Amino acid sequence: MGWFKRIKHGILTPTQEKKETPEGLWYKCPNCNTVVPQDDHIENLYVCIECNHHERIGSEEYFNLLFDEGKYSEINKSLSAADPLKFKDTKDYDKRIKATQEKTKLKDAVRTAHGTVDGEKLMVAAMDFNFIGGSMGSVVGEKIARAIDYCIKNEMGFMMISKSGGARMMEAAYSLMQMAKTSAKLTQLAEAKLPYLSFLTDPTTGGVTASFAMLGDLNFAEPNALIGFAGPRVIKETIGKDLPEGFQKSEFLLEHGFLDFIVERKNLKTKIGQVLRLLNSSKS
Amino acid sequence: MANYLEFEESIKEIVEQLEQAKELEEKSQVDVSKTTKALEKKLKDERKKIYENLSAWQKVQVSRHPDRPYTLSYINSITKGDFIELHGDRNVKDDKAMVGGIGMIDGQSVMFIGQQKGINTKMRQYRNFGMANPEGYRKALRLMKLAEKFNIPVVTFIDTPGAFPGLEAEERGQGEAIARNLMEMTTLKVPIICIIIGEGASGGALGIGIGDKVLMMENTWYSVISPESCSSILWRSWDFKEQAAEALKLTANDMLDNKLIDGIIKEPIGGAHSNPEEAYELVKKEIIKQLDKLIPLEADKRVANRIRKFSNMGVVNEGKK
Ligand SMILES: [Zn+2]
Repeated sequence: MGWFKRIKHGILTPTQEKKETPEGLWYKCPNCNTVVPQDDHIENLYVCIECNHHERIGSEEYFNLLFDEGKYSEINKSLSAADPLKFKDTKDYDKRIKATQEKTKLKDAVRTAHGTVDGEKLMVAAMDFNFIGGSMGSVVGEKIARAIDYCIKNEMGFMMISKSGGARMMEAAYSLMQMAKTSAKLTQLAEAKLPYLSFLTDPTTGGVTASFAMLGDLNFAEPNALIGFAGPRVIKETIGKDLPEGFQKSEFLLEHGFLDFIVERKNLKTKIGQVLRLLNSSKS
Repeated sequence: MANYLEFEESIKEIVEQLEQAKELEEKSQVDVSKTTKALEKKLKDERKKIYENLSAWQKVQVSRHPDRPYTLSYINSITKGDFIELHGDRNVKDDKAMVGGIGMIDGQSVMFIGQQKGINTKMRQYRNFGMANPEGYRKALRLMKLAEKFNIPVVTFIDTPGAFPGLEAEERGQGEAIARNLMEMTTLKVPIICIIIGEGASGGALGIGIGDKVLMMENTWYSVISPESCSSILWRSWDFKEQAAEALKLTANDMLDNKLIDGIIKEPIGGAHSNPEEAYELVKKEIIKQLDKLIPLEADKRVANRIRKFSNMGVVNEGKK
């Protein structure tokens, strides 16, 4: 029952706030249509009690779920997107950034924080899909790069929680080069013999899949997450056929050899603790 | 039959006049050398005028010009045929969209790798339009490792509309194959020169694009998405490809200004397709020049420089501390 206790004081909903939740706040599962009170849904870590559908959650929820007693130190909090290309489509990019920051209360699509997970030191970089589809621009690349530097300096493992539609088009080639940048930084982490855990969640596609998300010492995913390089719509258009059931889902990737295992949210923390202990026990 | 882009119409007219003059000379034995000389000058001026003022979108068009030379043409010319093509990823199959092999250039062995487009309808199919599958990226990696073993520098030619978005590509891990190359190329111990000779589309290009020197030919593009797809996603219409091409800052000049590439290789006046032999020679000279600088460096130093270069890419706002 370890995880259950954690939810009670760690995750998300302090008891006080809970009481104030107005009645009639319900969660309807998009997969099986089961309706449960929102509070119960949150207590179950945003996983459908009926069908095990894992609702998308953000960095804050993962940090609270993972770090012991919900305690962590976030680094490089203030980094935000510049607009080096003065990109403009139907909207100015800098205005789009500002509006998204106000709406989401986030600075960009990734947050990096360290603490202990089941007693093991770990840096976690968690992506927020709310922020322009979790897209990777210079801020995402730079935060990951600095987190890796921090890991090397302070000898701790690095865990990436990917949740992204891929590149941030408004940063064009800068965005593309973040794939190169993050991969280059990962070679330094590897050189330092520090563990890199890549946790893929729904959805992980495009340039993120084609860089750091697939480069873990261990790759593992939440159940039924969409994971791929090309998006399903593009593939369908290219081959002119319907895609098979379960295509590009976690279970499909596990079967084809690209994941080490699939882990349910309720087991995530203990699993990571176990992995880190097993990897680190023989280290000199 | 040469092909012409819509903004090359005036070039086409002059070329035709020139051909007519030569034909006339053959038939009637009339001396038309004055006329041809004038026409040749006119052709050169016209080409210069047009090609010095290409828009971003026009450069994208030139990069896809059907007469533009492709990877194997460069390799065959640069090595004068002293080249052995190598096949297969030792795992699934031989990807025809990704070619590679060892060749000799000016007394120096080089491992050449690149996407290959087809020269006609049949070959375009055969080459899958230059869109590699995971086995293509893994073949590329195999050849790079082979090069590393024998201390042979690597030269990649990039020319792809993207990695292939297919069902089997996903089954066999397109994302993983590209990602692996990014990491492996970062630490490869031999010099790597990457040259965009046509289209540099997104992760499919980057998958063989990590080098000590990344160079773009004058009339090529390199970005995270094609202008057409960018238009369809951000403008929700296919009609804004010109604006998208401008906004993406995808030309060689823009990429150099933004410090995302290391240099530009000039093309013959009128583009590589107007004089392929000259294009091969310009590329060859550049390769030799860069190798002369890269080979004497210590391997560790090259790798450290490579890591530093890519780590510095990106622009952020520090915000308040
Ligand atoms: Zn459900």
